[in-house]
Amino acid sequence: MTMDLVIIGAVSMVVAGLTIAIGSIGPALGQGRAVSQALASIAQQPDSANTITRTLFVGLAMIESTAIYCFVVTMILLFINPFWRFFAERLGG
Amino acid sequence: MTLDISFWELMINTWVVMAVLVVCSWLVSRNLTSEIHPTGLQNWLEAVVEAIDGQIREISAGDSKPYLAFIGTLFLFILTSNVLAIFPSMAQLVEGLPKVYHAPTSSLETTAALALAVFFAVPLFSISRYGLRHYLGTYLKPTPIMLPFNIIGELSRTLALAMRLFGNMMSGVIVVAIAISIAPLVFPVVLQLFGLLTGSIQAYIFAVLAMVYIASASKTQQKAGGK
Repeated sequence: MTMDLVIIGAVSMVVAGLTIAIGSIGPALGQGRAVSQALASIAQQPDSANTITRTLFVGLAMIESTAIYCFVVTMILLFINPFWRFFAERLGG
Repeated sequence: MTLDISFWELMINTWVVMAVLVVCSWLVSRNLTSEIHPTGLQNWLEAVVEAIDGQIREISAGDSKPYLAFIGTLFLFILTSNVLAIFPSMAQLVEGLPKVYHAPTSSLETTAALALAVFFAVPLFSISRYGLRHYLGTYLKPTPIMLPFNIIGELSRTLALAMRLFGNMMSGVIVVAIAISIAPLVFPVVLQLFGLLTGSIQAYIFAVLAMVYIASASKTQQKAGGK
């Protein structure tokens, strides 16, 4: 009975680590590409640096939100895991 | 641990932020002058308002008057609540509360409320300027097939708006908490400084995104009206 809880806990921890690890690869690559392109554009056209910077920030925020989703899922798995709660209540009662 | 921000702590911190904003504005606007070279706080606040005004003007490519109050309030509230996170003990006045100031924006309730405000502001601004027919028409652009995707996009960007601010601010709180438990002397201060930078950028991004959403619901209509 308690072994089930141990398995749920262990799987949650491992999956939480994998979620943030794998989930941050894609946004990192995307943000790197976006920033390098923006820097190249600013170097070519310093006059439009204002517009480029603002658009870059908005774009970075959009890209970053995927990583933030992964982070929130990780936090849910670690701190307020619904499966853990469900099975703990069932086993306890 | 850090995920649990109690209701009263959240309330008190939100009211602290609002009080800071109101008292600052009251102090400045108590004796306004119309001189060409304003001094002191008035100079500072005018610079802030003009910066916001210029950003809105650039994004909306039109006049900024209808949007200035809403976008400016969003920006200043989020900025203040993020920057105040460098002060440790805001809720200390009341017995039994944790002795730490959590930025209200690091709880999902506050960010969800702010995102919902943007969600309702987009149709309100659009309808008040261009009418209901034009606003509903934007859902059928570019073709009526896009209708479900437009609706999904409307909902998911509201979710993303709330999650982005919440995730960034909460991750700052958690990283500082972890740093304190590992290397309590200098390292958390560096992370707090980094948190100030993140907080300012997130406030800027939230305001800019809100303005972009509002402007995007208006610009398509301007084109449609021109045809």
